[in-house]
Amino acid sequence: MAEFKLKIRRYDPESGSAPYWDEHTVELEPHRSVLEGILQARNENDGSIGVRCSCRAAICGSCGVRVNGKPGLACHTHLGAALESAGEDGVIEVEPMGNMPIIKDLIVDMDAVHWKKIQRVTPWLIGKQPVPEREYIVSRESMIDVTQSMACIQCGACVSDCLSMEVDPLFVGPAALAKAYRFVGDPRDGAHEQRLKDLSEDKHGIYDCTHCFKCIEACPKGVAPMNQIMRLRRIAGNDFQIKDRNNGERHEAAFVSNIERNGILHEADLLPDSYGGKFHPRAVPELISSLPIVVTALLRRKMTLGKALLHPHTAPDGVKRIFEVVEGREERNEFNLYISGTDAEAEASPEVAAAIEAAEPAGVAPEGTEGSSG
Amino acid sequence: MKVAYWPGCVSRGFTAELHGSMAAVAPMLEIELVELDRASCCGAGVIAEHSQELADTLNARTFALAQQEITQGADLMMNICSTCQGAQNECQQRLDASAEYRAQINETLSDEGLEYQDGIINKNFLWVLVEEIGLEKLRSLVRRPLTDLRVGPFYGCYIVRPTDRLDINRAQPRDEYLGQVIETLGGTVIDYAGSHKCCGFPIITMNKEASLEQAGRHLADATDAQADCLVTPCPLCHLNLDLQQPMAAKQVGRELNMPVLHLPQLVGLALGLSPKELGLAHHIVKPTAVIDWSQAVVGGVGGW
Ligand code: SF4
Ligand code: SF4
Ligand code: SF4
Ligand code: SF4
Ligand code: FES
Repeated sequence: MAEFKLKIRRYDPESGSAPYWDEHTVELEPHRSVLEGILQARNENDGSIGVRCSCRAAICGSCGVRVNGKPGLACHTHLGAALESAGEDGVIEVEPMGNMPIIKDLIVDMDAVHWKKIQRVTPWLIGKQPVPEREYIVSRESMIDVTQSMACIQCGACVSDCLSMEVDPLFVGPAALAKAYRFVGDPRDGAHEQRLKDLSEDKHGIYDCTHCFKCIEACPKGVAPMNQIMRLRRIAGNDFQIKDRNNGERHEAAFVSNIERNGILHEADLLPDSYGGKFHPRAVPELISSLPIVVTALLRRKMTLGKALLHPHTAPDGVKRIFEVVEGREERNEFNLYISGTDAEAEASPEVAAAIEAAEPAGVAPEGTEGSSG
Repeated sequence: MKVAYWPGCVSRGFTAELHGSMAAVAPMLEIELVELDRASCCGAGVIAEHSQELADTLNARTFALAQQEITQGADLMMNICSTCQGAQNECQQRLDASAEYRAQINETLSDEGLEYQDGIINKNFLWVLVEEIGLEKLRSLVRRPLTDLRVGPFYGCYIVRPTDRLDINRAQPRDEYLGQVIETLGGTVIDYAGSHKCCGFPIITMNKEASLEQAGRHLADATDAQADCLVTPCPLCHLNLDLQQPMAAKQVGRELNMPVLHLPQLVGLALGLSPKELGLAHHIVKPTAVIDWSQAVVGGVGGW
């Protein structure tokens, strides 16, 4: 047994008084969870502590909290580990998740935010037409790929820390967009294009993600929502050529061709090109609104007129060649660590690697023998 | 030490003062910079968003060029941009994971006679300062301690997340290095809400309000915490925090005027260089507080 000090953030919006911190000492083995600590404090010291839980085994997703500032599952965080990430005073801080209204103490309103957003992305399969007589036949790899987003247990930890949502509460957000990929990545779904069009045209959709990695860091299930969002963008722009009104696709295309031309980024072109080019009607108001900054920048000699207008750098031939080869491929070569794992892992467990090899000799199973799922 | 030096693009474009200040500070720290001038942009995550293979190949090429310098005596590859660090590290993770994939990428590079071998060491200047040069050595080089200068760290997402890929842990707290450096240079570290958050730059063309709201909030939080300035190892953060600061101020509806320094500029000040030599005049937000401080300390030496 060891003693742990828990500092719990308490708040009852109905009481009218401000949130406060409440300290409890609990006695448990270090490998027991923070959730057990909270429950002990509730059972033995103060029955009014509000906390939500059910499975206590990292399955149901109901015990999302912040421990020492980081979001995660209370039932999946060892007290010992929590102590390690605690401050110098050795007190473990437990707070409710962010970006969602507090109902009481550690319980946040998932319905008001998280579930609304999940509903926003049509979270069910819209079967591809014509529906086959028996099951849909799909490749094994495409199903492994979507299992990553299927691993989501709807705990809201990613939503809690999403930095875009912090400034734009309307942002569809990491969990819901990971859910959207679950269907866009599923070959049995027939509404890929509509889904993507919807989420690209929405100002608060896939192009509203600021690529901050917070959701990857937060997720206790390895869903990596940001990576799924980047895939949605890739498929929207490259496969369906969706030119959204938020300039998401245009910005990406402008960036890529900028590097193809110059080898290194020529920022002066990037902004206007992201809006469709210097003379595009969309670009004009943007350029005018940034004019005062440009003038100051010129005055401070941050940029020179020459630099802003000329192209001082052109891409080396090697770079041009890479663009030719890779952009010329018929099929995208996308190495997916989630599917393939690393050589080091394979070495560590040769049986697994051998089993995978044996199950799928050349990496592609013959037609009709692939796994199917309903 | 000698490093294969990747300056990035923005440090040679809109934030030329970063490249300049790095060049000024390097000899004082006994770092020899061998510039990778044939390398290309890392893609800042945007090329990877378009095509992963393209980003991986471009960065494998940069790594291969760096490895040529390493065989000729450079110790490692160094960058001066959080975003380069993160974007290159992400590609490296895939390249190092699989010999088969690496071979496919090297196939494309072979036209140019280049080949990437797994396991390159690529560190941001911040990591080099703490892990290679060491805080003790850095302390011994300080000529003008940053006494009474209140500095807020701003890391940039790409250099602090994801923690496992970037090898950030208790033994190697890379997400605390800026604070350690500020302290070593004699300054006061300001704790404020935004230090590890996102500046908002990636969505500036897609959702301008949300982007500027992020920059504006962090700058306002730092102001409320009474910081004299911020310091960042990321030139892209600098664009949103300094270049766009007038717009961010409008977005959040308050005056900001928060100077934002590049990391080598802050180091240079403590090592005795003048604000002018470090290019502080090129910022959009005049670093008045920093200059006043430097004049108070050295009685106006350095000339402004
Ligand atoms: S990466 Fe995107 S979705 Fe994930 S937390 Fe950041 S802004 Fe939100
Ligand atoms: S993606 Fe991960 S963090 Fe987000 S709700 Fe699902 S399981 Fe929780
Ligand atoms: S992150 Fe920026 S500075 Fe670094 S290479 Fe890429 S575009 Fe250039
Ligand atoms: S803070 Fe901004 S520029 Fe810096 S790494 Fe994050 S997104 Fe990039
Ligand atoms: S109680 Fe079910 S996930 Fe924690």
